[in-house]
Amino acid sequence: MKDPKPLSPKPAPKSGLNSEIQARIGHQLRAMYDDVVKQGVPDRFADLIRKLDAGETPGADGEGLPQTSIGRD
Amino acid sequence: MPLTDSLRDEILASVPSLRAFAISLSGKSDRADDLVQETLLRALANIDSFQPGSNLPAWLFTILRNLFRSDYRKRRREVEDAEGSYSKTLKSQPAQSSHLEFEEFRAALEKLPQDQREALILVGASGFSYEDAAAICGCAVGTIKSRVNRARSKLSAMLYVDGTEDFGPDSTVRAVIGGSGT
Repeated sequence: MKDPKPLSPKPAPKSGLNSEIQARIGHQLRAMYDDVVKQGVPDRFADLIRKLDAGETPGADGEGLPQTSIGRD
Repeated sequence: MPLTDSLRDEILASVPSLRAFAISLSGKSDRADDLVQETLLRALANIDSFQPGSNLPAWLFTILRNLFRSDYRKRRREVEDAEGSYSKTLKSQPAQSSHLEFEEFRAALEKLPQDQREALILVGASGFSYEDAAAICGCAVGTIKSRVNRARSKLSAMLYVDGTEDFGPDSTVRAVIGGSGT
């Protein structure tokens, strides 16, 4: 019952892509992704957009923007 | 176009999938949230250049993807260390086979070349068409298709074919370590 792979051990030759494996990859990819999507909008971002929309400078109350120089030197 | 209420709401509604994309790309949630924040700032600062009626999520994803790529070049070393941080995480978490499988999948995804990883995520998880994914990545539709196919082959080889002998016992060992460590 600790077997982490319900899939049979040797499902496909290296060259061919077994459709079961493909389905499994697709499922895991979406599960990973949807796990984050389900977390909704963190307050941090709702606040950020509200402040920008109101014309305030984000970070004025200490939250601070990441002044990373992405795209610069 | 100016930032209307409905556009603002649409941007906000895209945040969950932007975060999922950022985390899937970078493998690190703290860095991913910084990427999302930077994306939102850029988007709002350049909202005038957004074409009304065009695909807002695709526009936002393009900004995030470009930010990630310019950022990535500087932090390559850090990204390559990700594997080490996964094993640390594993030991501190409850031993659940589904969780282990999930971590193995994530670790395998991180090993893909960046071009292939982003193509696979955009098409396979974000639900973009090949055409939209090509526009986001600035390449041809055929290129996206072949990247997605190569990504699937590599994941399959890492997780289910080549790695079978390694992953089986390794997972069990890790499950035991995880179980006794708590």
